Amino acid sequence: MAQNDQSFEQISPDKFKIVGGRSDENEKLADKSVSFWKEVVLRFSQNKLAIFGLIALFVIALLAIFVPVFSPYSYREQLGLYNAAPSAAHWFGTDDLGRDVFVRVWQGARISLFIGITAAIIDLIIGVLWGSISGLAGGRLDNIMMRIADVLSAVPYLLVVIILLVVLQPGLLPMIIALSITGWINMARIVRGEVLSIKNQEYVLAARTLGANTWHLIKRHLVPNALGAILVTMTLTIPSAIFTEAFLSYLGLGVPAPRASWGTMASEGNKALTSAPWRLFFPAFFISLTIFAFNAVGDGLRDALDPKLRK
Amino acid sequence: MKKRNLFLMLMLLALTLVLAACNFGSEKESTDDTKEGASEEGGSKELNLVIPSEPPSLHPQLATDSTSNAILQNVFEGLTTLKDGEAIEAAAEKIDVSEDQLTYTFTLRDAKWSNGDPVTAEDFEYAWKFALDPKNASEYASILYPIKGAQAYNLGEGKVEDLGIKVIDEKTLEVTLENPTPYFLELTAFKTYYPIHKATAEANKTWYAEAGDSYVTNGPFKLTDWQHSGSITLEKNENYWEADKVALDKVNISMVESETTTATMFDAGEIDWIGSPFQTIGLDVIDRYKEEGILNISDHAAIYVYKFNTTEGPTANANIRKALTLAIDRQGLIDNVTKGEQTPALGMVPSAVKGFEEDRGYMKDNDIEEARKALDAGLKELGLSDPSELKLKLSFNTSEAHAAIAQFIQEGWRTNLGIEVTLDNSEWQVFLDKLSNLDFQIGRLGWIADYNDAYTFLEMYDSAENGNNDTGWENAEYAELLKQSNAETDPAKRLELLKQAESIIMSETPVAPIYYYTNLSVKKDYVKNMEQNALGNMYLKYVDIEK
Amino acid sequence: MLRYIFKRLIYILIALFIIVSATFFLMKLAPGSPFASERDFPAEIEAQLNAKYGLDNPWYIQYKDYLVDTISFDFGESMKYKGRSTNDIISESFPISLTLGIEAMILSIGLGVLLGVIAALYHNRWPDYLATTIAVLGISVPSFILAGLMQYFLAYKLGMFPVSGWKGFNYSILPALAIAITHAGFIAKLIRSSMLEQGNSDYVKMARAKGLGKWTTVFRHTLRNALLPVVTYLGPLTAGVVTGSFIVEQIFAIPGLGRHFVTSITNRDYTVIMGTTVFYSIILLFAVLIVDILYSVIDPRIKLKGAKK
Repeated sequence: MAQNDQSFEQISPDKFKIVGGRSDENEKLADKSVSFWKEVVLRFSQNKLAIFGLIALFVIALLAIFVPVFSPYSYREQLGLYNAAPSAAHWFGTDDLGRDVFVRVWQGARISLFIGITAAIIDLIIGVLWGSISGLAGGRLDNIMMRIADVLSAVPYLLVVIILLVVLQPGLLPMIIALSITGWINMARIVRGEVLSIKNQEYVLAARTLGANTWHLIKRHLVPNALGAILVTMTLTIPSAIFTEAFLSYLGLGVPAPRASWGTMASEGNKALTSAPWRLFFPAFFISLTIFAFNAVGDGLRDALDPKLRK
Repeated sequence: MKKRNLFLMLMLLALTLVLAACNFGSEKESTDDTKEGASEEGGSKELNLVIPSEPPSLHPQLATDSTSNAILQNVFEGLTTLKDGEAIEAAAEKIDVSEDQLTYTFTLRDAKWSNGDPVTAEDFEYAWKFALDPKNASEYASILYPIKGAQAYNLGEGKVEDLGIKVIDEKTLEVTLENPTPYFLELTAFKTYYPIHKATAEANKTWYAEAGDSYVTNGPFKLTDWQHSGSITLEKNENYWEADKVALDKVNISMVESETTTATMFDAGEIDWIGSPFQTIGLDVIDRYKEEGILNISDHAAIYVYKFNTTEGPTANANIRKALTLAIDRQGLIDNVTKGEQTPALGMVPSAVKGFEEDRGYMKDNDIEEARKALDAGLKELGLSDPSELKLKLSFNTSEAHAAIAQFIQEGWRTNLGIEVTLDNSEWQVFLDKLSNLDFQIGRLGWIADYNDAYTFLEMYDSAENGNNDTGWENAEYAELLKQSNAETDPAKRLELLKQAESIIMSETPVAPIYYYTNLSVKKDYVKNMEQNALGNMYLKYVDIEK
Repeated sequence: MLRYIFKRLIYILIALFIIVSATFFLMKLAPGSPFASERDFPAEIEAQLNAKYGLDNPWYIQYKDYLVDTISFDFGESMKYKGRSTNDIISESFPISLTLGIEAMILSIGLGVLLGVIAALYHNRWPDYLATTIAVLGISVPSFILAGLMQYFLAYKLGMFPVSGWKGFNYSILPALAIAITHAGFIAKLIRSSMLEQGNSDYVKMARAKGLGKWTTVFRHTLRNALLPVVTYLGPLTAGVVTGSFIVEQIFAIPGLGRHFVTSITNRDYTVIMGTTVFYSIILLFAVLIVDILYSVIDPRIKLKGAKK
């Protein structure tokens, strides 16, 4: 079965060009993609790990939205109970200033999830476009685009951040900007590598010969085939954004204290490893869980979307 | 299957090759790995310590920071040194002070440099003139300004010949001062006043950049090894005049930036003592060391303050400043956040300073009632009706301790006064920039005394132009009192003048004092006589190990 | 090929020029000065200091100086560490970071490839889940937490390794692991994903049909083709890892180069900033060049100049 599908897809543009008219071909494609997405959903829902990931993300999102609203404590209220271990009143214990860690974790989830997802989306858009244009165009344009990426990753990032801080008020916007300056480079490099290897394969050559434009090539052939690598890279982007955020907050770029993200809570908690381990454990656990869930969903998506894995 | 084995073999081979080819540091000391090395034999007494970073400069006249100082004060020795809060003779054997307290005559003892040469008055003259020579751009030269003509020469307005530094003979140094300076003998114990070996320094301009023969010292220890960014080794200086009193044979100092790592090293027995300047004890382990009963606490002549920008914004209003200053729960902060049994600061001069041991009664700690009164008055003056209309920003440099203190005080102001304060942390350099440009409203700063005298805590506010003022505040009466205190030769009267000045600054509160620092340290029980003095100095000369 | 490399070398020079220029202007724009300190000192002294390090010159003279420094690869004396030259700082600390970096790279590639291959071969069976979970844990636990945990439990509690320092092979194991694990996790995921894509290719099926063993097929065919995205990632990664990791060096007190990238900037130590940046840039640019050359070695279908239309 799989064999049939595959050869069918690879040969199809050729055949249609010769046999049928343009409108006919369009109809055919539209029809196919509907069933394709149905199949994707079906296959995704059969993947237990992916479903678990989806549910976990959903629950985390719900908690992040509602806990800070309904909790009896606020993220900044100092209760006079310093470094208390988890208890019935404070499920995740309290921190060095006597604040409830539970509500702070979910307050922090809002920041970290927002930062992680936004950064991942921006990296995805810039990185995929940059990488595929560069890889497809080849020659001088490729060289120039990739050298721009090199320059950006070689210029001292910290200096850029410091200057950004002078220009902008601390908050989420400069944080996103800072994360986006270099975040996409890895993605662009990997996509370009994939594109280089894909673009000389027969089906792409065929599509080119048939007069497909660059945008069509990126959308229809390159991205789907590089999807595995793209999704994997994205799963790295999210944790690295969360931790870079912690580092940048340390420099004063992020949301000012007493608000704290998962990253800042984890890095502060790291010092309390021996005295108040819950301050490290809970933020670190939810970072890991979130990333695990994103990975599971990503893998599920990848498997579901991969045309070659169809059964 | 074969393929896999081959692959693994290749990996292993590559690994061994690389590791064999690589060089893991140049030290090949096997004793370092075992905790109880040679020192247990009773033959050699070794002390293991850490410092938080590579010392930026081990030139006594160019060094500015406490890490460099930690090394310098153990390899060099000034005319005097500090012991039990008093300046005592060190390189000088006899000190004669003239009636008007303006001329000091130092007679040097028969001491030797680590290379065997005698320590001469010329070495001191050379070092001091080096510091004051504008060409050398010594950042700490101003500490020599009590010497006659020093300021003028250093600022390029005077001549070197007019300096009050005179070599009478090889062993006699005569120093003339600008003003009677009652703490001058404390200053001569300070690093910028250390001598340097003239012949070596003249022959080799970067003598201080590496350990070795060119690093000639006159202190109880000599610098025998310096792995940059890695470690420093001090060994007993056999040529030191009081070498028989120095118990330690060797001090191994590693550079460890992380407080957490330092604490783990201490727990694992890799180091014997922690305490500034040999790294600091992290906030999160203080409680544990307290429970274990090994935490040692002593007074430190240093103060932690919040400075107000008095030139603009709500903090230009004295009542608002007063309200903010009063509404700080200092004791709560100390008990729960800083944890080092610091003293709540209710004045400008720490209680570790002579004559200021008692509280002068300027205000009460956490006096919410008075604070609210001052706030109401302040709001009225500003034409505001509600404290929430005050928009305040509290700036500090990035550090977890500063952040915790700021959040504690922020919450206090919010709950007690209803004032919303946003926190603004920035990187050290940016923060300094903000402070000196008065681009802040409330900013934190610490001040650690270089010499144990009230003047060092008050002098910086004598005019708005003073580079260390950072508040824009000035007061003619205050400045006049300080000036009078400089000319006063009677210690009791001088103290009175300084206290009057303090009461003026406390009534206008351009600065909110928070707490007076303490020296914290932990030591293994075989380490004896190891504790910082009130200036935070740690002289290893007196330290012993009894295993 | 030679022509291509020559061309790329010219691009590297241009890129280097842009990096030096950008770094110079960023340095000049950033507030703060190498001599700023809590204790104020007279303006006259500051002027002297500026003169000593050439900071009193107009910007274009300073700019020119840095360009000359870069060409002669001599960046002058550090402004923070008195009497120390930037070149010395780099040449003393780089070998340490390089040693640690190579160890970490070997670990991360070895672990990553192993996990990735296992995961792909047993797709959607328990070894896959196990390997993937390990990989994801590796990615999601950041090195600073991992380093702290290992230091506390393995070095202190169990006493298996020294807590910190750099005095022998023993001292390098934990830091190398701390650096390697995140990358290993990522490499494993990349390998898994791209091996799955290759797994159903005709040539793999053909190889299997010819009777080649599972593992032989993996190492001869699948892995080779699956390596492409990994190689892309490895190029810049190697450049980053061999020049040191700030956090790991800080936690384990290793006198490597990594810390200088950060501390030189927080100290505004201009000469060291420029020196380390140029040094890193050269390594990075060459690593990327090598990756591009490797592409055509791994996958002969890739033509370096791009397809001709």
